[in-house]
Amino acid sequence: MIAALANPHRFMGFSRWAAPLLGAVALLLIAPGLWLGFAAPPDYQQGTTVRIMFIHVPAAQTAMFVYACLGGASFFSLVFRHALADAAARAAAPLGAAFTLLALVTGSLWGRPMWGAWWVWDARLTSVLLLFLLFLGYMALRAAIDDEARAARAAAILALVGLINLPIIYFSVDWWNSLHQGESIFRPGGPAIATVFLIPLGLMSFGYLAAFGALWLQRTRAEIWRRRAQVAAVQAAGR
Amino acid sequence: MNYDKYALFVWPAYAITALVFAWMVIDTLVRAGAWRRRAEKSETDDRP
Repeated sequence: MIAALANPHRFMGFSRWAAPLLGAVALLLIAPGLWLGFAAPPDYQQGTTVRIMFIHVPAAQTAMFVYACLGGASFFSLVFRHALADAAARAAAPLGAAFTLLALVTGSLWGRPMWGAWWVWDARLTSVLLLFLLFLGYMALRAAIDDEARAARAAAILALVGLINLPIIYFSVDWWNSLHQGESIFRPGGPAIATVFLIPLGLMSFGYLAAFGALWLQRTRAEIWRRRAQVAAVQAAGR
Repeated sequence: MNYDKYALFVWPAYAITALVFAWMVIDTLVRAGAWRRRAEKSETDDRP
């Protein structure tokens, strides 16, 4: 499928219907997720702040997923010099920065009442902050170099180096002493979360992923149109 | 829905999330529309 979609013409045909479809799926998942989240009872320890979890955890998961997509697209762009992969990588970065910002801000709003601090230099929080800086660095690097081919190569190398941060984020709560709670969903023995919280959390998590998919496809389409316009402008200038 | 003393943290979290989602959707659609029109215009102008 990836090989078939590597052709920009086929990709444009596919994404024309796939982007709105994923957007609709996102709405169909997020709407009941919000409803069930607001209807859920307060947690016995966290009280009503448990409702922040329904937007914080999906934002953090999606931010990591976006970076994995950025890294994968950067690999194909760097190794196979594939223009569509580069367009996809460029399109993913601002979305990744937005989801990471959401994870950091909503986490801070949860941490203040629960931990008594807006921020601590904990391994999990610090590695997610680094993820945010990697997204910003990727965008800044692309914007700083005029030659688009050179900018794409330099940014792809940065994105690939930054991939090392993903396992650090995931395992940070196991490798270091952390205020942040450990893995509570994908763990041996099943999730440690009550079903009444797990269902809205699952709906929101898949809803966020679908929303990212829709926005990513649409931004990649925009990037392809931008390149087409540039090529046409260069051809017009050459006549 | 009883938010007691935590309302000051829960509602801003949802408000910021709504704002960021709105930015992502609007920016994506506006950007895509603008580049699409520009690409189509450039390609039409380019035709002999």
